[in-house]
Amino acid sequence: MNFLTFIEATFQYDFLQKALITSVMVGIICGVIGCFIILRGMSLMGDAISHAVLPGVAISYLLGINFFIGAVVTGLLTALGIGFVSQNSRIKNDTAIGILFTSAFALGIILISFLRSSSDLYHILFGNVLAVRPSDMWMTLIIGIIVLGAIYLFYKELLVTSFDPTMAAAYGLSTRLVHYLLMTMLTLVTVASLQTVGIILVVAMLITPAATAYLLTNRLSRMIFLSAGFGTISSIVGLYFSFTYNLSSGASIVLVATALFALVFVFSPRHGLLRKWKSSKKELTT
Amino acid sequence: MYAIEVEQLNVSYFETTALEKLSVRFTAGQLVGIIGPNGAGKSTFIKAIMGLIPAGAKTITLLGQSTKEARTRVAYVPQRSAIDWDFPIRVLDAVLIGCYPKLGLFKRPTKQHRALAVACLERVGMQDYANRQIGELSGGQQQRVFLARALAQEAELLLLDEPFVGVDAGSERVIIDLLRTLRNEGKTIVVVHHDLSKAADYFDTLMLLNRQLVAVGPPKDVLHAKTIEGAYGNSLAFLQKVEVTS
Repeated sequence: MNFLTFIEATFQYDFLQKALITSVMVGIICGVIGCFIILRGMSLMGDAISHAVLPGVAISYLLGINFFIGAVVTGLLTALGIGFVSQNSRIKNDTAIGILFTSAFALGIILISFLRSSSDLYHILFGNVLAVRPSDMWMTLIIGIIVLGAIYLFYKELLVTSFDPTMAAAYGLSTRLVHYLLMTMLTLVTVASLQTVGIILVVAMLITPAATAYLLTNRLSRMIFLSAGFGTISSIVGLYFSFTYNLSSGASIVLVATALFALVFVFSPRHGLLRKWKSSKKELTT
Repeated sequence: MYAIEVEQLNVSYFETTALEKLSVRFTAGQLVGIIGPNGAGKSTFIKAIMGLIPAGAKTITLLGQSTKEARTRVAYVPQRSAIDWDFPIRVLDAVLIGCYPKLGLFKRPTKQHRALAVACLERVGMQDYANRQIGELSGGQQQRVFLARALAQEAELLLLDEPFVGVDAGSERVIIDLLRTLRNEGKTIVVVHHDLSKAADYFDTLMLLNRQLVAVGPPKDVLHAKTIEGAYGNSLAFLQKVEVTS
């Protein structure tokens, strides 16, 4: 099946339409949030928070509440726990992250295995975009609007706390509050991504498109749009491969994102490998 | 009115004392240099009075107000090493950040703010670099851009942490001239400085620290062989390089 028939199929099949809309939204919001994650050197934190959502999802099933309430609670508790451990001991931040997110994840696995079948666990971990229900799609859209709206409103604060947190604190901005705002958005984005890429691979959607964009521009605003663009392309092309060759949707989307990164890594006009080789050759000859 | 008034300031990191029982007052409208050996608590002092690190003190007032009230009247320029110079931001946008404190939540910089940022870049002679990414500049140029950002804050008190480190002679000239002009406009400027050789030439008042106050006053009084030796120890090789009045 070629790409055009895939596009035709999306008009024909309702499930495919929902899958496409959901994954494009996920591509956009992950791409946008991801820019701030990588610029703050928080890639590992992104990985941690996405995993920490699992026990929250399990507890929500147990209590019969909407699972994104539980996800936000355990995601934020883990973020607070990481801050607490690293500030109140000689343990470094990355170690604190490693301890806390693996514990949260382990707890989540046990809770889920009590409550649900193993295929449910598999879908939460790796996503199953072709089984997106209308309610999932709407939830993703609503989360998307909330997250994009928050980034628009707090753009200034996110920019200054990422670029120069000391100056931000000096003029009275609570860098801690901005940090936890970002962590909240991160848990929301993870929940929105459960169906498309799953918990394990969502970090790739946060980091890879943003890193690709980072290699192409020197302006944050452009980086955000480029990153959202790369996320979108990855989602559409990844979904195409997933649908056509019956591959895992999350894994296909992530590999497309990686392929885009590889291309840019080599050919970026500003920061690409080729450019570096050329300029080092020039230095040698002159 | 005092620009800075500090009584009984104590700062410690975990078990180690960084600053102890420091009391000092600076009148407004002067150029103050903070000197002292490595680890003497120079940067700690300005971070503590800005409330950036936990500190205990009887009083800390800036421009006659508490730090919290005075924040928007003070501009703080961090050490160059504290900044990620690969950050995707252009020179003009970096200067524009200086307008953020007065903007408040949800408001975007307007044309007037842009004009102010351009004017501040002109004052440091960096207007031709407005569209460059900040990492493409030399150390001295980067420092000038950050000074332009502090100008955009339109503050009455400027705190600069090691502004002359890794800076070429030309930029150093531009920066010190501008600091003097600002002082003549009535602003107070406090500079953490490590190069004793120019300290007497640059500053109206010097504060010599070594985890506590060693000396404060006009440079000729502070740069005595005895006080310097007290703070820096018997590093005579170092002393010879410095023109010390004894």
